[in-house]
Amino acid sequence: MARTRPEPMQVVKQRRDAALNALVSGVPFIRFLNITFDRRGDELTGVLNFDDKLIGNPFLPAIHGGVTAAFLEVTAVITLSWAHLFERIESGDLAPEDILTDENMRFPKTIDFTIDYLRSGLPRDAYARAYISRAGRRYASVRVEAWQDHHDKLYAQGTGHFLMPQDPGPES
Amino acid sequence: MTDKVKLARQFIQAIPHAKALGLELTYIGQGEAEISMPYNAELVGDPRTGVIHGGAVSAMLDTCCGAAVMSHPSAPGGTATIDLRIDYMRAATPGQTITTRATCHHITRNVAFVRAVATDDDTDRPVATAAGAFTVEGR
Repeated sequence: MARTRPEPMQVVKQRRDAALNALVSGVPFIRFLNITFDRRGDELTGVLNFDDKLIGNPFLPAIHGGVTAAFLEVTAVITLSWAHLFERIESGDLAPEDILTDENMRFPKTIDFTIDYLRSGLPRDAYARAYISRAGRRYASVRVEAWQDHHDKLYAQGTGHFLMPQDPGPES
Repeated sequence: MTDKVKLARQFIQAIPHAKALGLELTYIGQGEAEISMPYNAELVGDPRTGVIHGGAVSAMLDTCCGAAVMSHPSAPGGTATIDLRIDYMRAATPGQTITTRATCHHITRNVAFVRAVATDDDTDRPVATAAGAFTVEGR
């Protein structure tokens, strides 16, 4: 039996981008910091779009450590949510609009988060990528790295533990 | 001494991101600092619940810890975060102001150790706690 014909590229891209956009744009705090996400397949890169209001030390100047912490945490939570929902988005079981409106949709909850500040954040865009070290049914462990000019010169890294949203029982 | 407290207060109030978050320094001195953040819909993490995003709490904890270091009698000047660990105990109640209190409990020539607690109106049940190490910058 021949395999089923692959979907047209536009259909795949449109579905994934709509789902990602719903996941990100629904969160006021992500808009407040103006964090966006680049997507290549299922791989996400967080982008912290620089603005003067992100400055922590106006004399250097440098990005606020709290902004960096928030950026890493947002990237971790979105990457984890994305991975958690990806199969359901792909199968068509979860429509992008449901991500925004479904009252039962929940994000993973941060249990703890640790940030290493390796260099001061320069007043320009920053990038972050999260790697899911372990995704269990209840708990997940995620590592995040952030850089600016060179990916191999990280300016911050972090690790966090998350409580996963519990699936709403058997299919209804 | 009071000059340094005044300086630290001015410095914190000049931080653009502290202004953006609406942070208010309510106490500073002798290695301790207290900062409050009024509820702001822009900082919400999940619009379905109205709960403030953990990242906003992290940012205020970081600011508060830095302020505590700068106000310590043995700190010569500025500081930067080396590392910060945050534990989230519960969601902050929507609509309530979040208050953080940080203590710089130990300081050496190079490193300052800080602890902080964040609460909302229910001050007996912390929203989050933080523990961090900060640099001690010379003048």
